[in-house]
Amino acid sequence: MLTMLGSIRHRGPDQFGVYQDGEATLGSARLSIIDLENGRQPLTNEDGSLWLVFNGEIFNYVELRPDLESRGHTFRTNTDTEVLLHLFEEYGPECLHRLNGQFAFAIWNSRSQRLFAGRDRLGIRPFFYVETPHGLLFASEAKALLTQPEVTRELDLVSLDQVFTYWSPLRGRSAFSGVLELPPGHLLTHSSGQITTRQYWDLSFPEEAVTKEQVAPTEQYVDEFTDLLCDATRLRLRADVPVAAYLSGGLDSSLTTSIVRSRFSNSLATFSIAFDDPQFDESGFQQHMSQVLGTRHEVVRTTHADIGRVFPQVVWHTEVPLTRTAPAPMFLLSQLVHDSGFKVALTGEGADEFLAGYDIFKEAAIRRFCARQSNSRLRPELFRRIYGDISNLGTVNPAFLSAFFQTGSRDEDSLYFSHLVRWRNTARTRRFLSQEIRHATDGPGVLPRFPAQAPRWGRLQRAQYLEASLFLSQYLLSSQGDRVGMAHSVESRLPFLDYRVVEFCNALPTRLKLRGLRDKFLLRQMGRKFLPPEVWNRPKRPYRAPIYRSFFSPAPDYVHELLSPRSILTAGYFDGQAVTLLVGKAAEGAGLSETDEMALVGILSTQLLHHQFVTHSPYASPVSKNLDDVRIISAPKTRAAAGYAGRSEIIALGDIK
Amino acid sequence: MTIERQIRDYITRNVLFTDGGIEYDDDGSLLAEGILDSMAILELVTWAQKTFGITIEIRDITPENFDSIARLASFIRSKAPGAERYVSAAGSALDEAAA
Repeated sequence: MLTMLGSIRHRGPDQFGVYQDGEATLGSARLSIIDLENGRQPLTNEDGSLWLVFNGEIFNYVELRPDLESRGHTFRTNTDTEVLLHLFEEYGPECLHRLNGQFAFAIWNSRSQRLFAGRDRLGIRPFFYVETPHGLLFASEAKALLTQPEVTRELDLVSLDQVFTYWSPLRGRSAFSGVLELPPGHLLTHSSGQITTRQYWDLSFPEEAVTKEQVAPTEQYVDEFTDLLCDATRLRLRADVPVAAYLSGGLDSSLTTSIVRSRFSNSLATFSIAFDDPQFDESGFQQHMSQVLGTRHEVVRTTHADIGRVFPQVVWHTEVPLTRTAPAPMFLLSQLVHDSGFKVALTGEGADEFLAGYDIFKEAAIRRFCARQSNSRLRPELFRRIYGDISNLGTVNPAFLSAFFQTGSRDEDSLYFSHLVRWRNTARTRRFLSQEIRHATDGPGVLPRFPAQAPRWGRLQRAQYLEASLFLSQYLLSSQGDRVGMAHSVESRLPFLDYRVVEFCNALPTRLKLRGLRDKFLLRQMGRKFLPPEVWNRPKRPYRAPIYRSFFSPAPDYVHELLSPRSILTAGYFDGQAVTLLVGKAAEGAGLSETDEMALVGILSTQLLHHQFVTHSPYASPVSKNLDDVRIISAPKTRAAAGYAGRSEIIALGDIK
Repeated sequence: MTIERQIRDYITRNVLFTDGGIEYDDDGSLLAEGILDSMAILELVTWAQKTFGITIEIRDITPENFDSIARLASFIRSKAPGAERYVSAAGSALDEAAA
């Protein structure tokens, strides 16, 4: 357990705690944020029967506590951790529905010998587990599990194939064989050697007929949304340490930052990423917003070389093949936040999914229009309007763009219509996978799962479901969120992902989200109250980071080594000839297409994963009882370990609080 | 070497990343078959300009001119009637330089 904790000490370097009895071992690495003196974990209840390890925050713990006190629960701390424990004691698994937060936790009942675990609705906090012949292992990061000898260290080929189509493994999978992810909105129980999981929450939308109509004036929706978002932000300022904010220069983070400044705080530190490469740089907007809002602003200026330099560390933390480099600057940003003395930062993540800010929603609408109005002369110009700022796409003749997107029009009746072009384009990178992998997996033939009621939703709502359940939950919140933040012990908090905000947005009429090609309509209306017009009216610019120049101008040593024919052959995931041709093309500086760049990052990150986790053991120095703040609680053995002679039935690991 | 052959070789090595050739005829749709995406078109334009010494305007980048090997070859010939000779001459010059 001390080795497991050592492997994730970056997530919680302040205190370590271990509980062990004859059946279970629980461990915690704590990043102390609330009740710094008394929040030590694992935490137990009044009679010592329940033990909790908890990663994350229950933001509404202040509101939940009086009810529990009135029911006779006594509190020894002012933490949300203790509220969670008593809430479970009182309501059992149903407690999950009362939580407003970002969390992954496990509660061991030493009397009934049952373990209960839960993960937040959208998957902001991670939870991985492995079932072994000796019982259940779980942890916040897969690397903690991979330190254990009973866990096989090999990449999951199906997950790898899925990354090369969907940009991430599908729900429930990790990059490693046998290591499973407890999906967002799920709970897990382990009892008598049996593991069961169940979904307790999912994204839901009204039927299409409902979202087609707007029954109240727009201003009424704006007022209600403003109240909700302000309250979501207020809850996310609860901490006994200072809270900072990320400021990207776009509408979403500008709005949450503005709410903090205008409603709750006279002083706020903001942080942002600037790029030396002007194609990606937003620093002008960031500086402007910082001046408008009067924040103390700091910037991490990022070069191509910086991205190439830290990329191996980024992959170590994300633990999954990546198809983009965007997590690397986020990793550098959290380092700056940490070095500036902060543990918590607000971000604007989530608005693009739930208020329809992404181009993919507009693209789907245009493709549908084109399929139905095949003779319209507007068709090419519509595509150019949404893709004009990507690379050199704006210089392509509009007729060709139209023809390109038309290739998916025959799919108009598919529930997956909105995402088929993206997936087909990305799946072109599968040509780099080895023949063995392509033949051994179902590849893109496996589709993400929709809930049964999805056929009755509107088209935009189905697209939102896919974007939120795949891109947001499986990639953005982990590889560009939790993992790169926690790499430097920085917790991000996301007001737009308060479940009340999400459910409110999902119930909105479609035209308050996407009105023609005007995205995030309601948010822009709200933005009028808080922001200058040049911000609330600004077209969205996607956050992107440079790719091939980060690895080939000049190439860091590890790039040469890991992409060499020998390394590719030894690892066995990719077609050596194809990779050699791609590397040659990149090294010539001829410029790579979007697809080529995705393939390049995907191959390089997979090779890094192989090197870091398969070839080598992800061994970490154990937490030291002499050097670290460690408390170990040993309880008397309560029952024979049935069927697992000499071994604990459960080895459990939590972290953070 | 015919223009068709050169286009095929270019696409094979730089878009499909293989030396194994591609399994469709010169009239097959590069878009519908998923051979080219809109980004790869730009690469193809740059390559064609350099290789055949022609200038391609944005208005020229249409499916009619680029959506098959045969169409692109025909377009290149219309832009530069001596394209094959240009490439042969350039190839000879390179061979001489290499020697």
